[in-house]
Amino acid sequence: MTVPLAYYLVLGAALFAIGMTGVLVRRNALVVFMAIELMLNSVNLTFVAFARALGTLDGQLAVVFTIVVAGVEVVVGLALIVEIFRARRSVNLDEVHLLRG
Amino acid sequence: MVELVLFLPAAALALAGALGVVTARRPVHSALALLAVLVALACLYLLLWAPFVAVLQVIVYAGAIVVLFLFVIMLLHMQPGEPPGEDLRLQRPTAVALGALFLVGLAAVVSGGRSAAPAVRPPAAAPPTPGFGSPEAVGQALFTRFLLPVELAALILLIGMVGAVVLAKGALAVRVPSPAARPTEAAEAEGEARAPEAVAAP
Repeated sequence: MTVPLAYYLVLGAALFAIGMTGVLVRRNALVVFMAIELMLNSVNLTFVAFARALGTLDGQLAVVFTIVVAGVEVVVGLALIVEIFRARRSVNLDEVHLLRG
Repeated sequence: MVELVLFLPAAALALAGALGVVTARRPVHSALALLAVLVALACLYLLLWAPFVAVLQVIVYAGAIVVLFLFVIMLLHMQPGEPPGEDLRLQRPTAVALGALFLVGLAAVVSGGRSAAPAVRPPAAAPPTPGFGSPEAVGQALFTRFLLPVELAALILLIGMVGAVVLAKGALAVRVPSPAARPTEAAEAEGEARAPEAVAAP
């Protein structure tokens, strides 16, 4: 393994921090959702890097399940966003602060 | 050495794409930047001896999830940029500062600073066996040791599918008749129920 594990971990940390900043800064629900996907992917990278470093397959299996859950999350979340857009003609998260339609 | 030559461009593409996701004014550009991140990460997975995960990443993430995002963006006809008028004036600088602080702390820990956790520095990585990360190896593990999680994942997928259909149907799916309108709707329902018999009788 000529690329040190730390490189992958720092890259994952950077992607996670960027995604987290995006969640905090952006107010378009779709972009916030994409930033969440970014964070999920950074954790996936960490899993795969550790699987390689430790020589076991468990990290890669965790990534498989993460991808399944991310797929379901995107489907349900986008359906929710479409519903919110239908109700208020906007996906601005600052306007969605009530737990009723 | 070869690995490093392949790692650096992929890492740079991932970082640039991540910044693009967060900073792009149009949601479509964010989605395309996300696509770049996903492809770059697939390249890194190949470097890490995870070909199955890399292919899964391209098919599921780049192929399905990004396309779903693009569909929704087109469906909603979003205007570019952030909506005007902020509720919290200091939200943006504070978020950026906290994100940078988070990055510094996290990078200091995982890059093995003064008090790195032992797990961050594993004993010299064993050279992977020839089948490491192949579909055979991953499938073998999935259907033996991880059988229960696989079944649960199937259940989650089913729930997600049903939930998405129910949400997308929206007002069509659940129509509770108001008390005043109930008799006529009941009559209609009876009529509909009787109709197939009438058709089937001759």
